[in-house]
This record gives sequence, C-alpha cells and structure tokens, in this order.
Amino acid sequence: MVKTVKVQALDLNVRYGTHEVLKALSLEVYGNEILSIIGPSNSGKTTFLRCLNRFNDMYASFHFKGTLTVNGVNIYSDIDVEKLRKKVGMVFALPTVLPMTVLENVAYGLRRHGIKDKNKIAEAVERSLQAAYLWDEVKDRLGEHGMKLSGGQQQRLCLARTLAVDPEIILYDEPCSALDPISTAKIEEAMVRFKEKYTQILVTNNTKQAARVADRTAFFLMGQLVEVDDTRKLFTSPSDRRTDDYISGRFG
Amino acid sequence: MQKSFSQKRLQEWIIERCIYMSGIASIIFVCLIFLFLAKEGFSLFKNISIFDFLLGQKWYPISTPPFFGILSLIVGSLYVTLGATVIAVPIGIASAVYISEVAPPRVREILKSGIEVLAAIPSVVLGFIGMMTLVPWVKNTFHLSTGLTAFSGALMLGFMAMPTIVSIAEDALNAVPKRYKEAALALGATRWQSIWRVILPAASSGIVAAVMLGIGRVIGETMAVMMITGNAARIPDNIFQPVRTLTATVAAEMGETVRGSDHYYSLFAIGIVLFIITFCINLIADFAVHRKAK
Repeated sequence: MVKTVKVQALDLNVRYGTHEVLKALSLEVYGNEILSIIGPSNSGKTTFLRCLNRFNDMYASFHFKGTLTVNGVNIYSDIDVEKLRKKVGMVFALPTVLPMTVLENVAYGLRRHGIKDKNKIAEAVERSLQAAYLWDEVKDRLGEHGMKLSGGQQQRLCLARTLAVDPEIILYDEPCSALDPISTAKIEEAMVRFKEKYTQILVTNNTKQAARVADRTAFFLMGQLVEVDDTRKLFTSPSDRRTDDYISGRFG
Repeated sequence: MQKSFSQKRLQEWIIERCIYMSGIASIIFVCLIFLFLAKEGFSLFKNISIFDFLLGQKWYPISTPPFFGILSLIVGSLYVTLGATVIAVPIGIASAVYISEVAPPRVREILKSGIEVLAAIPSVVLGFIGMMTLVPWVKNTFHLSTGLTAFSGALMLGFMAMPTIVSIAEDALNAVPKRYKEAALALGATRWQSIWRVILPAASSGIVAAVMLGIGRVIGETMAVMMITGNAARIPDNIFQPVRTLTATVAAEMGETVRGSDHYYSLFAIGIVLFIITFCINLIADFAVHRKAK
C-alpha cells in the first residue's frame, strides 16, 4: 500500500519565551492513518498538536522554527489560517459545547464558512451527528441547549461539530480524559471508522488507548521524538529503552 | 474545660449576631428610607391628584395657584437618559470587548486604569468641565442660542456611565471560559466571528446588567446635569433644547421650600418616582444576571 505523506514536520523548534518545548523534531503523518502521540506531561505533545492548526499563534511568546507542511503546503507561510483550521479540525480534552442549541453547535462552523442554505445545513448536521454516533440520542433534542447533554454526549457533539466543516485531518487532544469508559469506547469506535476519510492525530496520556486505536505511535520525551513506529511494534518491542520504561510504567 | 467551651459558644453567638445585624442593616436602611420618602411624599396627594402630578405639564410650584405637574421633568430625565444610553452603551461595550479580547496586555492595563480614573472623577468636576468646554462647543457646532441642552447633558452623562458599563461588561466577558473562544477558532472562525457569535452571547447577561447599572447611574446623576442641561421645566421639542431633570429639580429647589408645604411634599414625591425607576432598573439587571445562572 502506497502511503501519502499528509503532514510533514522537519526540524521543528518551538519555544515560549526562553522555554524550549520542541527540539529538532521531525515527524511524518500519513494519509488516513491514526497516529497517536504518547509521552509524559511537558513532553511537547499538545504543543506539537497545536502547531498543526496554528493554535499557538495566540501566545505572544510563541516562537517557531522549522518547516511544517500539510498537503505539501508550508502552513507557517502566509496562508489563510481560517481555511487551515477548517481543513485541520481539533477536538479538545474537555467537552467544550458552545453556549447554544445542539443544532447550532454543529451548524456553527458551517455558518462561519458562509453556508446559509437551511437544507444544506440540516443535512450536514444530521450526517455529522450520525458519524459521531450521536444522532439517535439527540435527534429529538436538536433545539435543546447543548449544555444539557451528558459529558460523553457533549464530547461527541464536539466531534460532530468538527466533522461538519468537512476537515481532512482531525487532531485530538486527550479527547477521552474526562469521559467514562462507555463514552470512550464510542469515540474510539468512531475514530477507527473515520480512517476511511480522515487522517487523525491523537494525543493521549492513556497508553492503552493508543494501543487500541492507533496505527502508529510516536513517543515524545522532553520535547524530542524518541521513536515512532507501528503501534504493535512500539508496544511490544520498542527500540529505545526510554520508550520501554514509559510504556511499562516505570516512569511518567 | 467546660467553662472554656461555653465561653467559645458565647463568642460564636456574639459574632453570629453581629454579622446578622450587619447583614440586615442594609435592608432596614432601605425600608426606613422608603418609609420616610413615602410618608413625606404621599402627603402631597391629599391636595393634588396623582394624575395631575404625574401627567401635568406645568411645574410652577411657587406661583399662585401652584402647579405640580412633573411630566416635563420626567421627559427631561428620559431625554437625557436615553441620549446618554445611546452614546454610552455601544462605546462602552465595544471598549470592553477591546480591553478583554483584543488589546495586548500592556494596552489593557493602561486602559483599565484609565477607566478607573474616569470613574473616580467627581460628578461636579465633570459638570464643571462640561460647562466650560462641552456647552460652548455644542452651542457653536449646532448654531443654537444656548449650549445648555439635553444633548449636552446626554453627552456628559454618557461619559459618566461609560466606566460602569465598561468595567462590568469587561468582567462578564472575562468570565466567559477561554475554551469557548478556542472551540470557535478551531472550527475556522475568525477572531471577530468568535467574539460576535460566541463570546458576546455567552456574556450577554452580564452585559445587560452592565447596561442597566450604567443607566441607573445616569438617572440618579444630579450635579452634572443640573450644571449643563439648562433646567427649563418644559417639554422639549427636540434634544437640542434645555430640559430639567427630576434629580436637578429636587437638588435645586429643596433649599427654598417651606417645610410642610405642598412644594416640599412634591419634591419628596419626585424622590419616590426616582426610587421606583431605579428600583425597576435594578430589578431588570438582577433578572438578567440570574436568568443565565440557572
């Protein structure tokens, strides 16, 4: 099977003020795979993730060096950031439902990208909610305030919202850290099925989750990539001792 | 051992009582103020009907026979308040959005202290500045016979209401979790879209409260309006004519009345009207704040 390179990071150096967060980091993400990123806290996982949709730009002390391309385009050149974020969606650790109805939550992104046709919106909302395994639970509650859903439903609503703007890449920042096991299972099930359509990058503190869903896994430590390999290989016979120490729970 | 225990109980009891008394003191004061106002104010309605008072257009309290119609004063207050609201609310909210969402940290600190200073200026000083600068400017710009108009008062009071609106609205905006903004941005919304569609609606109850408190401040304001609105007790045709407000009337005439006269009672009745207006405004603000909290 030919792998297309979807995301390519070359020699990334990121610092906040004088604090170096990513050091000489190079990593490729292939089309339609799930790449999980594991590592102890402060290893730069989330920073890397937030580079991919230029989400670190909002910090004044953020300094970026290196090359980061999505579909071959350097995203730290003069590009339309809003278009990039439409293409590269993100699901956050805490379910962040916008203060509006279930329907409007999913329609929010569509409207911001200029889609006004009611039928088109209704159709996209249903499709996205179905893809996020939420449609059956909320189809009669579309007019309710999004906050009234349970935590797990809220996170799936956030997922549906991200799908609605038709991204190519989905970034997950510890998406299940606040969820119960059943909701977690539903999200993971959705992720595996999404592989047909999307490239997914999953930052997680839960190594078991990485083992369950990811095709490849990258291990970050202190802002450096220690190794990246097929998930099974990385978890059974890692080539670096530090990886072995981490996944077997000897530190981190 | 036993004794120190009961001593502690006594101490607790005393402290509890003291806190309780302080707590209900404010309510007691409000009740006393209202009772006092009511007692003096309602005495007027023995001689004058409440409709003549509220809807009468003539305010000639010391002519014979006297007329105690406060409609022109109510309209005066309304003109000045509405004018000030129209000026202060958009600028105030925009300024709050700028401070909390857009401004870089340094600018934010400078602006915030600037707003605090603006809030700390005594109203008589603002009135004085208004008289010296604003009133001649209004007169010349709009070619009026006098610059002492409702418009001048509205402009001045708009600036007085702004610090209240800005600081409370800014608190409300800051209370919106940063996650909302991030969620909107992550979907490809621009910064302005995230402010307009997510942050402002989420802070709406606090912003309504800010506006209401700003309006309350304007209605109750006395000194500055008395100095720059011209104090003519007649219903104006437009905003560029002198008006007299409820507050200015009380402040200007209280010193000259005979205690126990109808004129004296009528000023207290005006106080009741003001009390009811501000009470309603606070009620609306309160309602707006608590609606969201549920």
